[in-house]
Amino acid sequence: MIVAERKPFEEVKNMVKDFRKVLTVGCGTCVAVCLAGGEKEVGVLNSELKIARRMDGDTIETGGVTVERQCDMEFLEELDGIVDGYDAIISMACGAGVQFIAERFPKIPVFPGVNTSFIGVNREVGWYEEKCRACGSCVLGMTAGICPVTMCAKGLFNGPCGGTNKGSCEINDDQPCAWYSIHERLAAQGRLSNILEICPPNDWRNQTPRTIVQPGYKDRLAAFGMK
Amino acid sequence: MKSGSNLEKILRAGHFAFTGELGPPRGSNVEAVREKAKPLIGNVDAVNITDNQTAMVRMSSWAASLIAIEEGLEPNYQMVCRDRNRLAMQSDILGASALGIRNMLCLSGDHQQFGDHPQSKGVFDIDSTQLIGTVKKMRDEGKFLGGADIDEPPKLFIGGAANPFAEPYEWRVHRLAKKIAAGVDFIQTQCIFNMDRMRTWVKQSVDMGLTEKVYILAGVTPMKSVGMARYMQLKVPGMDVPKEIIKRLQGVDKKKVADEGIKIACEQIDEFKEMKGVAGVHLMAIEWEHKVPEIAERANVLPRPTV
Ligand code: SF4
Ligand code: SF4
Repeated sequence: MIVAERKPFEEVKNMVKDFRKVLTVGCGTCVAVCLAGGEKEVGVLNSELKIARRMDGDTIETGGVTVERQCDMEFLEELDGIVDGYDAIISMACGAGVQFIAERFPKIPVFPGVNTSFIGVNREVGWYEEKCRACGSCVLGMTAGICPVTMCAKGLFNGPCGGTNKGSCEINDDQPCAWYSIHERLAAQGRLSNILEICPPNDWRNQTPRTIVQPGYKDRLAAFGMK
Repeated sequence: MKSGSNLEKILRAGHFAFTGELGPPRGSNVEAVREKAKPLIGNVDAVNITDNQTAMVRMSSWAASLIAIEEGLEPNYQMVCRDRNRLAMQSDILGASALGIRNMLCLSGDHQQFGDHPQSKGVFDIDSTQLIGTVKKMRDEGKFLGGADIDEPPKLFIGGAANPFAEPYEWRVHRLAKKIAAGVDFIQTQCIFNMDRMRTWVKQSVDMGLTEKVYILAGVTPMKSVGMARYMQLKVPGMDVPKEIIKRLQGVDKKKVADEGIKIACEQIDEFKEMKGVAGVHLMAIEWEHKVPEIAERANVLPRPTV
């Protein structure tokens, strides 16, 4: 899932300081699971905004709504009747959701309520770890299911480097060395030959905005004149 | 001859090579480079010019390399993967070769988090093994990584690093083999303090036939003080400083510690001269350049041969 964390309240408060009627939109998927931008967090942020305004001797009118997924047009439709009358929107979705809302309602200023951080996993309630940087040419098959782009501090493709410290990465004793683990797991599976050959320079495919149309849908989109 | 560098000539002629190190200053102070260069002249075959060492901004490695050439030293131009993408690397390689630099050391680089710009974006477009392959392709095939022809390929003797002391140990010879397959001509190792581990690694390399294909220069660093030894033992990633070294330094009179450090280094150099598979020593006298003549003298590596 996409993991985010709430922006510092002062930053959010400052972004909407010139607006009197603000709609806070939550997202019910990734950011809700990682406790950053779901229904509950929408309620908390709105209360905080009201209290802060009152303490500044002013008022703010807030609305709150949470849609299933802000990254899906279908669910954004629900907002069409609601946004009118608001001066600004705070989207608590990941960066993709924020942009989709801003695109749908181009006349209304839209602000991000969270800092989108990474694609990761839920290790324990409230504890998330980054796992993938969406490089676009996945090498997990070679590396025993451990991502060298994300988990190796230097993104090496021919590790482990000389900084490996008793299984930890040179950057930090608490950070396992990705390549140490790759070596260990491949050795246990009898697949060390995977990394004996030189891995050539990576073909970075995340350097321009990407679009994917799944094979079965190309004709359909063409028929609608969309692609 | 692949590059015609002095280092290459010395090694090919079968002499025991002796290289040094020079860290460029944190500024455009040309005199500082000349000062550090002086004690090295005539005492080493080539000198490594570090590239933003420990991720701190310094005078660029190629610029300091040119000043070294002016002083009569042969530079070993270091390049790290942390600060440049493949476009910048290849253009710097061409520029270095055009201006007379003939040795190059390909490294990953310390992570930027350790330096004075921890907020910076680490590039790591390619890694050190891939950089070795890039220089080799440019030099021997006359082609850029992207495949286009080069108008006058660079002439460089290609170096790489090895750390026999980082785990997993059994991996270390394979990593060396990969760098050889990528095209490395010589290897300089991490500072060696654990001689047992070094002997094992060299023996494995000899047994695998690797030392027939690459020149290995053993990294030697004289300890200046007990504090330095402790710091290296605890704080420097990938460094293996056995207790015995620290005990030995503690065992001598306070005023004699530095001298004992040099003595240990000389004993190591003596052993490397005899060790099958080792072609020379890379002396990293960190911020101790002025001691190099004394160390070279005491290690009996003078005068340096001319080929
Ligand atoms: S290799 Fe690329 S796609 Fe695969 S997990 Fe790593 S970053 Fe993600
Ligand atoms: S120590 Fe391991 S994880 Fe850290 S940079 Fe080196 S290879 Fe990558």
